Amino acid sequence: MSAQFLQFLLAGLTVGAIYALVALGFSIIYNASQVINFAQGEFVMIGGMCTVWLANAGWPLPAAIAAAVLVAAAVGLALEKLAVEPARGASVVTLIIITIGASILLRGLATIVWDKNIHPLKAFSGEAPIQLGGATLLPQSLWVLGVTVVIVLLLSWFFGRTLLGKALLATSHNRLAAQLVGINVRHVLLASFGLSAALGAVAGILVAPITFTAWDVGVMLGLKGFAAAILGGMGSGPGAVLGGLVLGIVEAMGAGYVSSAYKDAIAFVIILAVLFFLPSGLLGRRSSDRV
Amino acid sequence: MLEAKALASHYGRIPALKGIDLAVREGELVALVGANGAGKTTLLRALSGVQPVSAGCVLFDGEDITRASPHWRVRRGIVQVPEGRQVFGPLSVEDNLLLGGYTRKRAEGARGLERVYAMFPMLRDKRREAAGTLSGGQQQMLAMGRALMAQPRLLLLDEPSMGLAPRLVEEVFETVHALKSAGTTIFLVDQNARAALAIADRAYVLETGTIVHAGTGAELLASKQVQAAYLGL
Ligand SMILES: Nc1ncnc2c1ncn2[C@@H]1O[C@H](COP(=O)(O)OP(=O)(O)OP(=O)(O)O)[C@@H](O)[C@H]1O
Ligand SMILES: [Mg+2]
Repeated sequence: MSAQFLQFLLAGLTVGAIYALVALGFSIIYNASQVINFAQGEFVMIGGMCTVWLANAGWPLPAAIAAAVLVAAAVGLALEKLAVEPARGASVVTLIIITIGASILLRGLATIVWDKNIHPLKAFSGEAPIQLGGATLLPQSLWVLGVTVVIVLLLSWFFGRTLLGKALLATSHNRLAAQLVGINVRHVLLASFGLSAALGAVAGILVAPITFTAWDVGVMLGLKGFAAAILGGMGSGPGAVLGGLVLGIVEAMGAGYVSSAYKDAIAFVIILAVLFFLPSGLLGRRSSDRV
Repeated sequence: MLEAKALASHYGRIPALKGIDLAVREGELVALVGANGAGKTTLLRALSGVQPVSAGCVLFDGEDITRASPHWRVRRGIVQVPEGRQVFGPLSVEDNLLLGGYTRKRAEGARGLERVYAMFPMLRDKRREAAGTLSGGQQQMLAMGRALMAQPRLLLLDEPSMGLAPRLVEEVFETVHALKSAGTTIFLVDQNARAALAIADRAYVLETGTIVHAGTGAELLASKQVQAAYLGL
């Protein structure tokens, strides 16, 4: 493996992990409600911006991070309560449009509460690059990868081992049967918005020291996360992770070996290609097994 | 125990239930028979709170529960085995059962699991398999077991014998009978009118959203009109 290839691979994995976290947020809400939440990127923005803001106000970084995740989760809950829940019974397309409206509103609010500037965030544990087989790795990349691994493990424990997690899965599979066993499906919807928002915020905080943050970072990161979720198969957890990593690596290789001018276009080409040739994605459930 | 008074429900503007009056008393097995599209499923769903009610009311232990949420009703002991079984296909058999006990305490869930496995040993053998891979009859047992996990006081059964081979139909009816003997109150909907009427204490006949006959199971079995319409005599 050439050092250059390794360098691109590490860069791809880092950004891919971020996409994976955003994609997981898309999938969790999609499972609970069949809604593609286009405000998912704004949770990413809120996480980063809120952390920067609190850190600049003198909060210790860990406290700022925890508070920012909670703020984003609260915004997620509010989005469900104030915008999605009142439209209960509306078509999925209507709900998707509501989330687009919410994303515009949240960006607007961010420019009012904060500003329109680009903000750096201090790396969690220094900037000294780590040498690795001829390539260099920033400590922040290790944070991104490590935290993503921990979150993926926690999520698979939650959905695979806890009754609450299984109740969420059951509701996404068969809402009527879930109601009939006594699951409060409105709480499930609320919980999935809160959880997705928290995941998005974590992604936004982890990536802020690498790419900086601003009121509008959610647009592109949201779209990349969406592309990753589509690629992996909307609604599939492992698919979201795989889709994120593949998208990140393809982007990094494309930028490195071809031209960085095409970096963002790759995500859109992937969205179109998947929709044309593989509508249920790499790991999505084929429509046939949802009889 | 359960009472419906002038209960009505619509799909859009099309009425599906047009003022249903019925009662199920503690310990009874009450059957509801009727042709395809009569509104049987709609009625059970309204009783479980997953189908909007446009007029009338539902009383449980004398309390008006017409507006109560589905999960609240399950907690109170109104539990349904829905038409078409509706198991959680990708989840394991055991997870399906544990979710059946979602409204109960964890310890009760463990005990319930033992009871259900004792009743349907096949479910224990298949407990790690995805529910969607079971045969129709096995899924029906699972759906029943899942409902029992919620410790029903009133069990609503929607076509538990639908699409099953005759031997399995018999097994389902035996199970229903055993549950009744064990003290569970049962409201049973079945296409198999003869078998349903035979084990029922009382029964109602539903036709296009209206109750047209009521009586003991034996009376309806003997009724000329019911025989002509539902028993193919
Ligand atoms: N989701 C729905 N939307 C519109 N109309 C419906 C819907 N579900 C049922 N109906 C109509 O309501 C009426 C009652 O249906 P329901 O399913 O309650 O009948 P049923 O007695 O359970 O029939 P079956 O024996 O086929 O199960 C039927 O005319 C049916 O076409
Ligand atoms: Mg029916």
